[in-house]
Amino acid sequence: MATATHIDAHAHDDHDHEHHETFITKYIFSLDHKTIAKQFLITGIIWAIIGAGFSAIFRLQLGFPEADLSWLRPLLGKWIQPEGSLDPQFYLALVTMHGTIMVFFVLTAGLSGTFSNFLIPLQIGARDMASGFMNMLSYWFFFLSSVIMFISLFLETGPASGGWVVYPPLSALPQAMDGSGLGMTLWLVAIVFFIVSSLLGGINYITTIINLRTKGMTFSRLPLTIWSFFLTAVIGVLSFPVLFAAALLLVMDRSFGTSFYLSEIYIGGEALPNVGGSPILYQHLFWFLGHPEVYIVLLPALGITSEIIATNSRKPIFGYKAMIISMLGITVLSFVVWAHHMFVSGLSPFLGSIFMFLTLIIAIPSAVKVFNYLTTLWRGNIVFTPAMLFSIGLVSVFISGGITGIFLGNSAIDIQLHDTYFVVAHFHLVMGAASSFGLLAGVYHWFPKMFGRMLDRKLGYIHFWFTFIGIYAVFFPMHYIGIAGFPRRYYSFTNFDAFSGFTDLNAFISVAAILTFFGQFIFLFNFFYSIFRGKKAPLNPWKSNTLEWTTPRVAGHGNWPGEIPTVYRWPYDYSKPGAEEDFIPQTVPFSETMDSNLPHENDMIAIEKEESASEIVVDGAKGH
Amino acid sequence: MTDNYQFVDSQVEQPLSMHPKKFAMWLFIVTVVMIFAAFTSAHIVRQASGNWLEYDLPSLFWSTSVVIIVSSGFMHWAYLSAKKNDFVKVRIALSITFVLGLAFLIGQFMAWGQMVDAGVFFVGNPAGSFLYIFTGLHGLHLVAAVIYLLYLLISSFKLKVNSENMLNMEMCSTFWHFLGGLWIYLFIFLLLNH
Repeated sequence: MATATHIDAHAHDDHDHEHHETFITKYIFSLDHKTIAKQFLITGIIWAIIGAGFSAIFRLQLGFPEADLSWLRPLLGKWIQPEGSLDPQFYLALVTMHGTIMVFFVLTAGLSGTFSNFLIPLQIGARDMASGFMNMLSYWFFFLSSVIMFISLFLETGPASGGWVVYPPLSALPQAMDGSGLGMTLWLVAIVFFIVSSLLGGINYITTIINLRTKGMTFSRLPLTIWSFFLTAVIGVLSFPVLFAAALLLVMDRSFGTSFYLSEIYIGGEALPNVGGSPILYQHLFWFLGHPEVYIVLLPALGITSEIIATNSRKPIFGYKAMIISMLGITVLSFVVWAHHMFVSGLSPFLGSIFMFLTLIIAIPSAVKVFNYLTTLWRGNIVFTPAMLFSIGLVSVFISGGITGIFLGNSAIDIQLHDTYFVVAHFHLVMGAASSFGLLAGVYHWFPKMFGRMLDRKLGYIHFWFTFIGIYAVFFPMHYIGIAGFPRRYYSFTNFDAFSGFTDLNAFISVAAILTFFGQFIFLFNFFYSIFRGKKAPLNPWKSNTLEWTTPRVAGHGNWPGEIPTVYRWPYDYSKPGAEEDFIPQTVPFSETMDSNLPHENDMIAIEKEESASEIVVDGAKGH
Repeated sequence: MTDNYQFVDSQVEQPLSMHPKKFAMWLFIVTVVMIFAAFTSAHIVRQASGNWLEYDLPSLFWSTSVVIIVSSGFMHWAYLSAKKNDFVKVRIALSITFVLGLAFLIGQFMAWGQMVDAGVFFVGNPAGSFLYIFTGLHGLHLVAAVIYLLYLLISSFKLKVNSENMLNMEMCSTFWHFLGGLWIYLFIFLLLNH
């Protein structure tokens, strides 16, 4: 290997670099994928506080509809009505913004943006992304989108409030409700910038994974994290343009008077000029993104979990190829199931049965993945790090949330359960909680690599149990409320005789939700405290095989001083019989592990030798 | 303490022989395909549900289609000449492509005029609105391509487009041919479905 030309440039002269790298180029307009990942993470965390805080406020209303909320007036001002209750319009805005923020800003940008950026170059052995500039643009478009969405929170008429799906005509007619005015306009502008950011990011991730893998890093040696980020990016590149198309037509309807989604509408007895449009068209276009979006949110979390569970069970991942094939299956299926969100939209029952069939097929790859997680855990030497607990927690909520998916996927049952709290409970467990657990697991696992310091373990355990019990306490009872027929997005149920029951259960959910929300501050304290004061991390704290742990404790731009390591094996050689230690990093050639090689791996040694021989020839040629 | 490392990587055999930028360009094309796939499927779904305005396509579309096909021919001529380092021909071919691109855009705009004369407006029955959206968004992409082409034309005068330096030439011509093909697809789609 070409170590003869090894130059260790970073060893001495730190002062030298301060001339090149100012605060601005290093921390703000940075091209380094690691810094951009941290920018995404911290922006995502800020959004998560806002989004979860909103849910705490509207849970107060749902759990205690008679309560006097005037103590919130310093925060919410005139959104608290004179008699001390929450403004109903603002309640709708809170629900809408909670959904928008959590789905797009936290679990898409905060999760994919953070970990795809951070891990792709580190785990495939690349200096940086294919285009650092595009990567920087991706963050700053996200930032711009964030700023616009944030501003919309402070409008006098409130932010968008027609639900996160922004169905027309509610979203297309500014006079429909307070939030359909400027708030909705800003929502659309923000989402367009968000789409640009996602596409720039996604194109970069795919290009990097395909083009910039280090020597020996074949697709069959990629860690499952990278596979999941790759497929996530593919889904994003294919589905976000469709959301763009839907949003563009909506903008035309709102601002230029076209009738793509509007037809024969009377407002206050007066007919609008729009004829010939169809609001169902919007639903088709929206859900063509909307459903794949679920997997954009979920797949990275599943990838992160695969990696953490294998590492901390000290066992090879069970069914590496099955994992990849099931992720591929989910990717393909995610594009052909969108109409299961529209069973009650007047969809032809025949089409409904086709979409039902396709939807239920998703249970197969999902079950394969769950099975593989459990069999990886089976008889492993499990190390219960906080990251591992969150990963196991993910598997748990993924199962309990996935099972209700089978109910909802049936068009006949969906007619009863549609738009009730059953749906809310289902997708919060399987998508919201599972992805958040993946995000948190990832932060706990890769924090040492991000900041060179360890998160406090005890606080991590407290945070986990708080969150895990809290999540179930919130969403398990919610299923009952849903089966009882409580519709989602209602401001209050006290006016309906049919919904006079379950007030105690609603109060219980609210208490659990608010406690879980405050439990997250344990993590926030741990996170920000440990960035500066945490224990310094060892180079490979979890005894992991992947390439990122071969970099220096705090890696500079370029990741590896000297040469990029070469990869010789897959990333899951844990507890291999005959090996000295219970893990063999990807950079160790088979020729150095004669005792633990399998017969076909011994054959690889010859190939390794040939390759390194040819490399020396190349080096020699360069020397002349 | 982050440092800039000096990189001493030995030549890594790239798994894919395509330049990363060019590959990203293809992915961008995929996103454009998805946008228009969404629009044309929306068109089909909407048309199937009735209340659809029938109108004649502007006759100018035939001429603009010929213009864009011919421009692709000149683009390819520029590409071949650049490969042979025939700089004069590169400039001539790129200039003609540039002019044809502008002509196409003007033609599309005039076709909108024909639509207005025929009483089909952007605001009104979605049948007409869709046509404006198709041509408008396609036109916007073509504006981007024309700007890229102008950049390429300027670098060709600085002799920066040659057989050793084909990346921009290849990317620009790929994008140009794609947009031409996209227009032909949209035109045929409209002929069959309007």
